[in-house]
Amino acid sequence: MTAQAGAPLLEVRGLRKYFPIVKGMFRRVVGQVRAVDDVSFTIQEGETLGLVGESGCGKTTTSRCILRAMAPSGGQILFRSRQGAMVDLAPMVRAELRPFRPEIQMIFQDPFSSLNPRMTLLDNVGEPLLINGMRNRRERTDRVAELLRLVGLRPEFMHRFPHAFSGGQRQRIGIARALSTNPRLVVADEPVSALDVSVQAQVLNLLLELQSRLHLTFLFVAHDLSVVRHISDRVAVMYVGQLVELAPTSAIFERPRHPYTAALMRAVPVPDPRASNIGGALKGEVPSPAAPPSGCYFHPRCRFADERCRRDAPPLREIAPGHFARCHLAEQLNLDIRQG
Amino acid sequence: MNPAPPLLSVRDLHVSFAMDEGLVRAVDGASFDVLPGQTVGIVGESGCGKSVTMKAILQLVEQPGRIASGEILFRRRTGPAATDGEEVVDLARLPSRGVEMRAIRGAEIALIPQEPMAAFSPVHTVGDQIVEALQLHGRQWRTDGGPLSRKDARQITVDLFRDVGISMPEQRIDAYSWQLSGGLRQRAMIAMALSCKPRLLIADEPTTAIDVTTQAQVLGLLRELQRKYGTAIIFITHDLGVIAQMASYVVVMYLGRIMEEGPVDDIFHAPKHPYTRALLRSIPSLYGRARVALPVITGSLPHPFNRPAGCPFHPRCGDVIPGMCTTRVPSLQNIAARQQASCFLYHDKADPA
Ligand SMILES: Nc1ncnc2c1ncn2[C@@H]1O[C@H](COP(=O)(O)OP(=O)(O)OP(=O)(O)O)[C@@H](O)[C@H]1O
Ligand SMILES: Nc1ncnc2c1ncn2[C@@H]1O[C@H](COP(=O)(O)OP(=O)(O)O)[C@@H](O)[C@H]1O
Ligand code: SF4
Ligand code: SF4
Ligand SMILES: [Mg+2]
Ligand SMILES: [Mg+2]
Repeated sequence: MTAQAGAPLLEVRGLRKYFPIVKGMFRRVVGQVRAVDDVSFTIQEGETLGLVGESGCGKTTTSRCILRAMAPSGGQILFRSRQGAMVDLAPMVRAELRPFRPEIQMIFQDPFSSLNPRMTLLDNVGEPLLINGMRNRRERTDRVAELLRLVGLRPEFMHRFPHAFSGGQRQRIGIARALSTNPRLVVADEPVSALDVSVQAQVLNLLLELQSRLHLTFLFVAHDLSVVRHISDRVAVMYVGQLVELAPTSAIFERPRHPYTAALMRAVPVPDPRASNIGGALKGEVPSPAAPPSGCYFHPRCRFADERCRRDAPPLREIAPGHFARCHLAEQLNLDIRQG
Repeated sequence: MNPAPPLLSVRDLHVSFAMDEGLVRAVDGASFDVLPGQTVGIVGESGCGKSVTMKAILQLVEQPGRIASGEILFRRRTGPAATDGEEVVDLARLPSRGVEMRAIRGAEIALIPQEPMAAFSPVHTVGDQIVEALQLHGRQWRTDGGPLSRKDARQITVDLFRDVGISMPEQRIDAYSWQLSGGLRQRAMIAMALSCKPRLLIADEPTTAIDVTTQAQVLGLLRELQRKYGTAIIFITHDLGVIAQMASYVVVMYLGRIMEEGPVDDIFHAPKHPYTRALLRSIPSLYGRARVALPVITGSLPHPFNRPAGCPFHPRCGDVIPGMCTTRVPSLQNIAARQQASCFLYHDKADPA
């Protein structure tokens, strides 16, 4: 089930976000952390794009740029307005962004800290509505009741405070809050990472159901590949600020074209004691985006690395229709995700 | 062949917290054994009593909690020298702050805690903290059981750092915990836990907060160290993949009780208890069908003050036997050679409620 037919809702082109490294008393800039370095992808209307990678690779920074919670250092963030035109959010200032705020909303990782503990559900869920101009309390109350029902919570709960709810219920509250303004794009940053398996399954089901009912488009950030596989139409893999692979979900899991993607997949402990799979773990650590290695950023950890890999940075190339990989050897390698 | 006697035997353990709102029965009759050198995995949802069980074993249950009843039989060494023997003590009866319990916590049972930052003090280097522990409890590194000099302790610490895969160990032991990356801190924590050659290592969600790749490295490391030192491990997690890869014996907990326990292969390939079965069905896999609704366990965990009567799982169980499961509490019984379950589908023995 893919939604390729739709027009792109979001088109990210050459996105960059550099953070200055400052030193000493005079806060001299001595370098740059290239947290996001020339990232491009599109998301079709109604589609879910999964974004995966190790901690620090730039997933959250990418999401926060798209939400315009921070200003990118370069590149374009083209978003289709309700009128159908593609508008670039990247250079916009606060006032220009205002009409787009309700359209792009966020679901956070931590259901415990993302809600205000001193506000009732009514105020937590209704806050984006208030910010976006729904001043009438009666109207907000009705909308919050509808939203709570939508995410499977009882509307009577709206006068309670977040502490009275379990992790899974709080994540539902966070989802209700994100959906309050009828967004078209929902950015979910690790929305089920903090949840127990049984609760995680309930939340994943809810997201799938809401997507088909409300025709939502998702950017789904996660580090758990089985979760990403379950929910995404296409998957993008990030490493040290860059995309290293981008492909339809079935294609990337059947035959990953980048050694890093394959290593990530092999690192997921298989819930079957007869299939031992944690022996061939990826060695070494993620390089710092402030001082990435020469050539291919992955070469110090790649078992296929040769002279060219140490010297030349591979471009992101289309290996098969819709399947992109940033590896010199993408065509030759026959990567197996099940064992070392 | 007789199996080795258990290193640890938890018998009908009850731990409760007396709160203003009522009594929380965090652990409500848990029984399981850990054999020498074995890895026992404990799975269960948040709040089911995994950490409290471990704190009880170490006599570290916080106020207003207390061990209400039960036994925690541990086979301890009678002295640090290789020639010293063993004896069984009931940890549930030992005073928390007494010398005996402190010696056990220092040298016999080590904990890798759930909150990684809590393991090290931020004001001393990680090396100094391990050296200090070694000087207090590290006598088993010497065959004669004598105390370690500071120089020896430092050398052992460097070797341990190398063992857990920390590069440049001589420099790294002089770092503070907050200077280390998540993966390195995890490794330093394992080095600290292993420093006194414990016979039992309790790892409480040691990899929940870290990346899959680092997790795979840490899991591989734990396996290797276990082979080398023969340490028994209790591995707590709610990740069934981690359990399948690490444990040889599995204990499944729900609301402070053990639903099922048995060898890892039986738990994954012949699960008996409805809760275990439901849990296994609800995980997305790398190979199954994508973008379809996952089977879920309906409802949610009841509030700790609102324990259901009868079988604790009955409000969410698809196989509930009305009148039976709703009123009587199934006891943990043998249902196969080494598999045990508390469920009336397999027997009719109840515990006093
Ligand atoms: N200090 C405390 N005071 C009161 N209740 C407590 C305390 N510590 C734990 N509990 C209660 O005991 C029960 C078991 O908690 P425990 O920490 O053992 O859960 P767990 O299985 O380790 O969960 P998690 O997977 O979230 O770590 C819970 O109901 C919890 O609220
Ligand atoms: N505000 C900031 N200032 C400086 N560096 C930052 C900031 N936010 C993120 N970074 C750095 O950018 C990189 C990417 O971070 P992030 O997007 O949070 O990664 P992820 O979400 O993939 O874990 C990391 O090296 C991080 O340390
Ligand atoms: S370009 Fe070379 S080093 Fe980089 S992933 Fe491909 S084979 Fe490995
Ligand atoms: S005892 Fe009854 S309610 Fe409990 S798990 Fe078994 S069948 Fe279900
Ligand atoms: Mg992040
Ligand atoms: Mg715990």
